[in-house]
Amino acid sequence: MIESPVFQIQNLDLYYGAFHALKSIDMDIPEKTVTAFIGPSGCGKSTLLRCLNRMNDLVEGVRITGQAVLDGQNIFDPGVDVTTLRSRVGMVFQKSNPFPMSIADNITYGPRKKGMRNKRILDEIVETSLRGAALWEEVKDELDKSALSLSGGQQQRLCIARALAMKPEVLLMDEPCSALDPIATAKIEDLIDQLKSDYTIVIVTHNMQQAARVSEYTAFLYLGELVEFGVTKDLFVKPAQKRTEDYITGRFG
Amino acid sequence: MTYLLATGLMVILLMVLGVFAIVIFNGIPNFWPKPIERFDLSNGTSLMGEVHERKQVFEKDTHQLRVKIGNREVNSQDFTWIDEDTIRKTTRPEDAVLLERLEWGNAYGYLEGISFADLKRGMREMHKERSTIEHYEREKLVELNDTIAELNRKIGRSDDPKLKERVASLQKQYDTDLATLEDMRKTAFARHVSLKLSDGQTRELRLFDILHAYQPNSMGFFSKTGLFFSRGFAFMFTNPRESNTEGGVFPALYGTVLLVFLMSILVFPFGVIASVYLHEYAREGIILRLIRITIFNLAGVPSIVFGVFGLGFFIYTVGGTLDTFFFADRLPTPTLGTGGILWASMTLAVLTLPVVIVASLEGLQAVPEMYREGAFALGATKWEVIRDVVIPNAMPGMLTGLILAISRAAGEVAPLMLTGVVKSAPSLPLDLTAPFLHLDRKFMHLGFHIYDVGFQSPNVEAARPMVFTTTLLLLMVVFALNLVAIIIRNRLRKKFMRSGV
Repeated sequence: MIESPVFQIQNLDLYYGAFHALKSIDMDIPEKTVTAFIGPSGCGKSTLLRCLNRMNDLVEGVRITGQAVLDGQNIFDPGVDVTTLRSRVGMVFQKSNPFPMSIADNITYGPRKKGMRNKRILDEIVETSLRGAALWEEVKDELDKSALSLSGGQQQRLCIARALAMKPEVLLMDEPCSALDPIATAKIEDLIDQLKSDYTIVIVTHNMQQAARVSEYTAFLYLGELVEFGVTKDLFVKPAQKRTEDYITGRFG
Repeated sequence: MTYLLATGLMVILLMVLGVFAIVIFNGIPNFWPKPIERFDLSNGTSLMGEVHERKQVFEKDTHQLRVKIGNREVNSQDFTWIDEDTIRKTTRPEDAVLLERLEWGNAYGYLEGISFADLKRGMREMHKERSTIEHYEREKLVELNDTIAELNRKIGRSDDPKLKERVASLQKQYDTDLATLEDMRKTAFARHVSLKLSDGQTRELRLFDILHAYQPNSMGFFSKTGLFFSRGFAFMFTNPRESNTEGGVFPALYGTVLLVFLMSILVFPFGVIASVYLHEYAREGIILRLIRITIFNLAGVPSIVFGVFGLGFFIYTVGGTLDTFFFADRLPTPTLGTGGILWASMTLAVLTLPVVIVASLEGLQAVPEMYREGAFALGATKWEVIRDVVIPNAMPGMLTGLILAISRAAGEVAPLMLTGVVKSAPSLPLDLTAPFLHLDRKFMHLGFHIYDVGFQSPNVEAARPMVFTTTLLLLMVVFALNLVAIIIRNRLRKKFMRSGV
């Protein structure tokens, strides 16, 4: 169905201790488009997203079976270097979480971790990343100011810029607008629209209008199962599954 | 209910204010010059001095005055009680002088054969001579003596004839310096001032002994104010005299601040390291819970127990062992195997460690998980996340722990008594002679000073004002140290304050 997928998720099961949180998920995530995960709270959409850069490793008692293949390599293989994986698959969180450092230092944090020391290149990364996140014009004169002095929406775009600085292939966004006001949300959505030509974006949202607005593909999860996955327009207009229809028409969730 | 709670708060506030009020009202006025009063008594004798207290005689209708009459070499006591009904006449003679002396306390009387201005001029000349003499006594000869002792120890081990020559030349130097000192003393001691006491007898006082001279009865408000501040200044920045009952408390103030400073340097890194390990690395389980409970309980152990620990472990075990390795030639005289500011500050660090750990743990718990995730998502390792995100965010909480530790340590006396505090230290633990910081030296401390002056001194009456002024100073020091730590913490907190979300 999908040509040149970036991620191929095959038969993925995830357990939190005894709790079966994801049940044999199979899906391909297409390249350089926006894929949205929707579903009611607790359906496993964030958990699935966090599998893709192995952030679930940090949670105690998690067990994963199955595969998620990135570039022919199963990312759950014990031989995979998590640091490299995370620099290829960036992530933006529900709440903005800039480091208590200057704006510039926030952006260069990742590249410096990879051993980049050249001041000129780092300055370039700061500019391109901030431009990429549509924040450059607003902060270019105060790059040395604390990142914590920015507004909520600016902080979230800074977090996106921070992820872009690693030049990732995939950008995971975990409800990136849930803590923002409508104007800041609109800005982030515009930004997603611009970014999708260069990056594969996977976004988790509980806002169905947002999924419809920003994404090409949508996956609907319910109780740990992937109920339906397809082109956004089709899924919202003529859902194949009864449960999908009930959810998008607001009968539950 | 609200009233009950408010009353509770009021009672506590009043008690706190009461403590401050008592200390301030008993402490501050001691710097204000009191008038010298002359009492002619009905039995024909007369006394002169400062009135300190007026009290009703027990179950009688008359009053008594507690008067500081000074001149201890004559009166054998500084204070005396006078029944008011035996007083025939009270006057405040304009020309009465108060002399503060190196020995025997204050003297009260009238100058004879010398004007007040001439006395002041003489004192200024004498001040220079006194500092030269003190330099010889306390530094020059002491240093020479130390060098000679050090060389003699070396001679015991090797038979280098050069060493012996050097000792001989130093010994010669010592003898000439000693002779010079004796000469200077003799000339300085030769100058005298005549003082006529209230009972008419005249005494010759050595000009060398007179440190300050006032005529409080002829002083105006402004000169009294000036004297008030200069006495306060002298209290903080001069050495004690007369076994601590007079003079200043400078060595004790210095020791207190340095002790707390060293304690902070020692306790903070250890507390932070321990709490980071407990919170970030240690696996949750029965052992970790046991450790945590033990640490929490350690905060409640009486401080004297820590003093015993410091004596047994730091001084006898660690210090004693180090002595056998590095200072074997000085044994059986201990160098590190005896109380000193290093061991005392280490003991205080152990004492306050639980406080720092508990507060740091709370600070670490307050760091939101999402801040860590942000760094993890950029490929940071666990240690990098802790170093770059967790510790900076928990720093205000950790500094709160340090503030609590400083508050506790600055007021502790009991453990110090076992680990190196003394009533009179010959030299400061941090000075201008190499290696500058003498961690093995014994030191003085304001808290111990209060105890010593108030309850162990041969002259309790005279020392009573010192108790309150020293207490006031200790309170101010604790307050100032806390204030510094709080300012640092609030700066950091502002830095980490998040706007927006």
